[in-house]
Amino acid sequence: MPKDVFGIICAGSESEQLRTLISRRDVASLPIGGRYRIIDFLLSNMVNSNISNIGILTKKNCQSIMDHVGAGKEWDLDRKNGGLFILPPFDTSEGYVKPEGMLDELKNAERFIEKEPQPYCLICKASVVYNNTYDKMFDQHLETGADITIMYDIVPPTMDSSIENTEQFVLRMDDTGKVTDIQYSPTDNEECCRSMECILIHKELLKYLMDNAYSYNKHNQMVDVIKDNLSNLKVYGYKHEGYSARITSVATYYKASMDMLKPKVLADLFYTGNNVYTKTKDEPPTQYGEHASVENSMIASGCTIEGTVESSVIFRGVHVGKNVRIKDSVVMQNAQIYDNSVLDRVILDKNTVIRPNSQLIGTVAYPVVIPKGGIV
Amino acid sequence: MQTRKKCVAMLLAGGQGSRLYSLTKKRAKPAVPFGGKYRIIDFPLSNCINSGIDTVGVLTQYEPLELNAYIGTGAPWDLDVMNGGAFILPPYVHGKKGEWYAGTANAVYQNIQFINRFNPENILILSGDHIYKMDYEKMLHFHEKNNADGTIAVIEVPMEEASRFGIMNTDEDNRITEFEEKPKQPKSNKASMGIYIFKWSKIKQYLIEDEEDETSEKDFGKNIIPKMLTQGENMYAYSFDGYWRDVGTIQSLWEANMELIDGDTALNLESDSFKVYTRNFSNPPHYVAKGANVSKSIISDGCLIEGEVTNSIIHSGVRICAGAKVSNSIIMDGTVIGKGAVVEKSIIDTECRINDKARIGGDNDITVIGDSVVIDTGAIVKEGTMVDPDEVVEASKEDILCQKTSLESFAQEAKVSS
Repeated sequence: MPKDVFGIICAGSESEQLRTLISRRDVASLPIGGRYRIIDFLLSNMVNSNISNIGILTKKNCQSIMDHVGAGKEWDLDRKNGGLFILPPFDTSEGYVKPEGMLDELKNAERFIEKEPQPYCLICKASVVYNNTYDKMFDQHLETGADITIMYDIVPPTMDSSIENTEQFVLRMDDTGKVTDIQYSPTDNEECCRSMECILIHKELLKYLMDNAYSYNKHNQMVDVIKDNLSNLKVYGYKHEGYSARITSVATYYKASMDMLKPKVLADLFYTGNNVYTKTKDEPPTQYGEHASVENSMIASGCTIEGTVESSVIFRGVHVGKNVRIKDSVVMQNAQIYDNSVLDRVILDKNTVIRPNSQLIGTVAYPVVIPKGGIV
Repeated sequence: MQTRKKCVAMLLAGGQGSRLYSLTKKRAKPAVPFGGKYRIIDFPLSNCINSGIDTVGVLTQYEPLELNAYIGTGAPWDLDVMNGGAFILPPYVHGKKGEWYAGTANAVYQNIQFINRFNPENILILSGDHIYKMDYEKMLHFHEKNNADGTIAVIEVPMEEASRFGIMNTDEDNRITEFEEKPKQPKSNKASMGIYIFKWSKIKQYLIEDEEDETSEKDFGKNIIPKMLTQGENMYAYSFDGYWRDVGTIQSLWEANMELIDGDTALNLESDSFKVYTRNFSNPPHYVAKGANVSKSIISDGCLIEGEVTNSIIHSGVRICAGAKVSNSIIMDGTVIGKGAVVEKSIIDTECRINDKARIGGDNDITVIGDSVVIDTGAIVKEGTMVDPDEVVEASKEDILCQKTSLESFAQEAKVSS
């Protein structure tokens, strides 16, 4: 529907709490949900909203993202008009400036923003996982005559502060939904409206705000710029219904992965009628051995399962050996887990190898993380 | 200006495959699902691209719609190339008359113009009813090394079964001396696989001559190859010793699927260097619920398994509800097996609704349920039955039909229970 909108996805993340999971990749290309990367959800949301002109702002290592999205074929973004644009930071005549915040990243993409034929710009940070279209958000934006619309969802009081997000922006709104204040990670533990780091804005206003911020030598977050202008801009919140997860730390990544095993979340993310698209690998279907035992788990294609898997997410091409026990764990693609090993609350990154008879046991707040290619 | 192609493949996909009964009532045999996520035609198409052949004419005739939609632009097999690609070639009207493809040779004859556009040195004739991985490039080298006019791929079959096949008798250099169709006393066990490479300039003349011969059945095996041999053309047999299965019957289709579960076939679907490509639909990974039990099985993406699955192949997007038991069976895309239903030794086609407590099949004969069939709650389908597509099998007068698709109903249930 919204033909007047182009999209921008900020693929990087400032969060250090994701530790080794993002040591060599932008958060956007972090594998999640058995066969996806985080960016798949945003790209699919945009494509499912008929937004077919999308720029991806990369920060750390754009190779991982470029490898994943390619020309955008899987998302139907290999178009003659518009399509997919990867926008890495670049050297200017003033010298290379390492982008500090989202504002710097957007400044890098100034040319892209200028040349797009659509007047409205949807900017999303890639650390949020949800399945929704932006159609209603765009309608609301026009109806309210808003200058900026920010997507949010309602978060219950945190049960365990060691697991839940500490890093989040909370919107305070009046009865009409107009945003009156934005707080950074308030300490009072109550139900709140959490920003999903997705804003809709006219591109002329975006340019004005960027230039204005630069004239005060501000390089930080978009949200700060919005906050500075709350008194003279109409900023509205748009409420997202259904599941969402913000991936800002190992603990939140782990929690989101475990959430996906709940039928309600599974339905909210994958069975809404809007497909989540991803790069396909043409793996054969997964093979279960005679002594396989699997319960409450999500298993991608190309795996061979000989052991026991319980409440875990298993990515493509994973080998689970005989007499192996995997519980409450996330095992990324092509991990090889050899016979008699035990994994409990573990995150194995891509291409890891677990030798026979190994035992790895983590906790919910601090799952054991084995980095990409690690051999245990 | 087209560059000259070394080899163009012509894939004969027009056959009905009547021995697959309900499975081919609404689709051509090459479009029959296989092995959890494939269609039979994925195998020859993937072989082509893996062998460096990027121009494939797919000759369709019988129930082509599903096959046409499946092949599309050929992109899933990397066959969406600038000079070449996958082409669907149905019979067409020329001049004032149109005619159906009257035989394998006639089908290729009617597309001489298509092949001429690429001006190939050779053509490769394939059929769409075999499961195998084969590097046609090696066969092409063999063909060129021998400066052959025709090369026929053969596989060695047990001598006692040889009388069921077209058998090639060869000399020590693999040159074919004699071709015998289903010989009573076979002299060799080299059975034709229905895969031929011909020199285009040579075969074109034979096709034109054969077309004028009114007594001919216009078939490569029955007419063209015997004629080439009697005229003393240079014909060779290329021996293939990999995994190769004809899946033209219910029994052989079921067996080839079951061999995949055992995992020790030489088919090696995991191989990265010679992958079998297929059209992918955006399904999430499959989900195995609490209380489910899966062993010795193959499960594809997008499935929701809540019941018990043993020794079975479950295609994409299938839901097996709690308490259901599926054994020794093949369940194709999008089918729902209701609560407490029992399915034994059956092939259930796509988008079927097997309602709660229905019982299908038994230990001995294979039961086949066609596409989009609804089996009523508690209904019993006896073993060995073939149910045609779109039928409704009622248990009693109470007509309780589950019309929702598997995924919608799952999403709704999840919302209710939360």
